[in-house]
Amino acid sequence: MIQEFKLPDLGEGLTESEIVSWHVAVGDTVQLNQVIGEVETAKAVVELPSPYAGIVTAITHEPGTTVEVGEVIIAFEVPAEGGPAAEAVDPAQKRVPTLVGYGADPESSKRPARRARAFAATSTTTMPQPAAEAAPAVVAAPVQARVQADRPRSTPPVRKLARDMGIDLAELVGSGERGLITRDDVLSFAGDPSQGAGVAATAPSASAVGTPAGAGNAAREVRTPIKGVRKFTAAAVAKSAFTAPHVTEFLTVDVTAGMEFLAKLRAKREFSDVKLTPLTLAARAVCLGIARQPSLNSRWDEGAKEIVTMNYVNLGIAAATPRGLVVPNIKDAQLLGMHGLAAAVGELATVARSGKTQPADLAGGTFSITNIGVFGIDAGTPILNSGEAGILALGAVRNTPWEHQGGIALRQVMTLSLSFDHRLVDGEQGSRFLADVGAVMSDPAMALALS
Amino acid sequence: MLDASAISGASPQPGIHQLIAADGTSVADEELAPLVADVDDDQLLQLYSDMVTIRRIDVEATALQRQGQLALWPPMLGQEASQAGSLHALTMDDFIFPTYRENGVAYLRGADLAGIMSTWRGSANTGWDPHKFNMATPQIIIGAQTLHATGYAMGLVLDGKEALSIAYLGDGASSQGDVHESMVFAASFQAPVIFFCQNNHWAISEPVGLQAHAPIAGRAPGYGIPSMRVDGNDVLAVLAATRWAANRARSGGGPSFIEAVTYRMGAHTTADDPTRYRGVTELEEWGARDPIARVRAFLQGRGRLDEAAEAGVAARADTMAAELRNGCINMPDPAPMTVFDNVYTTEHAILDRQRDHYERYLAAFATTEGTTLEGSRS
Repeated sequence: MIQEFKLPDLGEGLTESEIVSWHVAVGDTVQLNQVIGEVETAKAVVELPSPYAGIVTAITHEPGTTVEVGEVIIAFEVPAEGGPAAEAVDPAQKRVPTLVGYGADPESSKRPARRARAFAATSTTTMPQPAAEAAPAVVAAPVQARVQADRPRSTPPVRKLARDMGIDLAELVGSGERGLITRDDVLSFAGDPSQGAGVAATAPSASAVGTPAGAGNAAREVRTPIKGVRKFTAAAVAKSAFTAPHVTEFLTVDVTAGMEFLAKLRAKREFSDVKLTPLTLAARAVCLGIARQPSLNSRWDEGAKEIVTMNYVNLGIAAATPRGLVVPNIKDAQLLGMHGLAAAVGELATVARSGKTQPADLAGGTFSITNIGVFGIDAGTPILNSGEAGILALGAVRNTPWEHQGGIALRQVMTLSLSFDHRLVDGEQGSRFLADVGAVMSDPAMALALS
Repeated sequence: MLDASAISGASPQPGIHQLIAADGTSVADEELAPLVADVDDDQLLQLYSDMVTIRRIDVEATALQRQGQLALWPPMLGQEASQAGSLHALTMDDFIFPTYRENGVAYLRGADLAGIMSTWRGSANTGWDPHKFNMATPQIIIGAQTLHATGYAMGLVLDGKEALSIAYLGDGASSQGDVHESMVFAASFQAPVIFFCQNNHWAISEPVGLQAHAPIAGRAPGYGIPSMRVDGNDVLAVLAATRWAANRARSGGGPSFIEAVTYRMGAHTTADDPTRYRGVTELEEWGARDPIARVRAFLQGRGRLDEAAEAGVAARADTMAAELRNGCINMPDPAPMTVFDNVYTTEHAILDRQRDHYERYLAAFATTEGTTLEGSRS
């Protein structure tokens, strides 16, 4: 008989492992506990001892692939009198009743946060709460509206029943209190599938009923659909924050000379058509700094298992727009001088504010600057624009008592905050880069020495 | 042998007692030798067989974890002499307070192999009846069992019994406050307790040198507890040292501390990757001091381990491994409601409410799946 071996949880609470190597091939005869391969978990590289004595009939995942706990990775032809080994059953299945601890089944491990939230939302049905009953009109509508956006309200056993019967709860409208889908709802739906269309048709009205009821209570909470720029931004920052290990460094510099330099340029006729700001100088300083520390301008290519270092700088500028945050970038910013950068920033800002930024302007960025100083803020820990290795936040330029030529003077001082992806950039490179940017900001003549 | 008076003012680096060297030759040790003068070759062969068997159990359990049959397993590879040697110095009246790694001790004490596995499979809170075997359940909290052992030993004195208690602990536990409090109480009340510290050199990923700049055995005399440092890979020396401590306890001599210097050849648990923190030279160095190999060499040198004897030892180990595997993978899942058993000995209102809720929750599954509370899903 054929026995499949499913990837077990090899650590405590792991959800997946990578196949490192197979020591056996299809057709090989293996002994019980013979090492058949190696897998790497988040914790360790471990050897897999064969759970059966028999002949390998299939290897379903090649080395290098990541496999979820519970997936079949290898199969064996085992003699029928294979003994107790034949009793070995799917570890993932067996773990289901555990309910707590690390015995999570593969399904729940894929989306633990979602399950946790949903359980909180449905807990009122499993444990009667008189307080909620007392004011159903107040409570019901917001819950209903929220659940419509998330998933149908039900209880775990009913959800499982529906899943087992192949019924999508979204097609049902619950008859229970506050729209709860009950066991009877599922069973009656299953008994008369033609009901489906009719039931589904009532769904919008249920939602509509909920909305006005909720409106009476709207003053305390406002519900805004997650969409558009907000949705995109949320996904992008969440992805960035949880894939790139961020490190943020700060450098406070005396930029008096830099501000004087900008004032000098403003007085020149050839700069009369552009707006020169500390951001312009910072953009130039970043391009110079990247030339010396190329790792700040690189990208982690997980698919190819390669680090891509760009020889061009597409400099993103974070812009607050009525629609939300967008980060259009200046293509080939390394080729531009102060005038070119000032012009590009001005155009990019104008387009962004008018809401006409094109997707192409947002794509392909390699490094970003965010100017939080315009809001009077000194420093922050910016989140990387997804896929980029570094982001620089410019703080406000403030008149500050500062050490100057051996004494205390009122100087123009600002703080630079640099976040970088620690997978790509070591502390040394990040620090040197930030020091270079700071050097140019405090003394633009340093640009001559850096380039 | 060291006692409190001997160590005061003396070197804080007590020597390591040994009776069988790593190459299988005898070592003369005036203090230990008389304690095991009665151990003949047959008994040593039994100790050898015990060590081979618990190593085989350890290998099988590690494999079962990799095969998804156990949630976790703490390997004891390399510590067989410390476990087997110490256990054989005890009587069934003595009470054992183990850590989670004393699975070899539990087997040799008589606990059922499947029972031992049930805890690591997540099927039961305890793998054996503590009162039947006079052995507490595996202590997960580092060092907590030393308090229990000390308290139990104080109780033995009050009851006028001749038995003792033994607390197993590791080098990592020696840094725990509980362990130090235990030693203060044990000394204050002259409790018949043995602190049996297996210094396996690694507290998960922390080397012993980090928390013990001098030998751990050197700490006990500071509390007024005589201590001994023994080669933890020498089963005969461990047996002798534990007998020394047991004799003291039984004769009203109070507590003793043994540091069995051994080495954890495997991972801390199956969820650990020791290659991340220790070098391979350590493994080679300690592999050459293997507890089993030296007894094999010793017995072979005396003509006591021929092929037939070796085959007999291997057969016992394989039988136990097969029994362990069978018991483990055929273990029924516990009925869900049993989770509420053995929480309180008396009625408990909060627990009753939880039980009721959980019962109703499970009942919601029952009508469609044909599952009852007594059954388990498969």
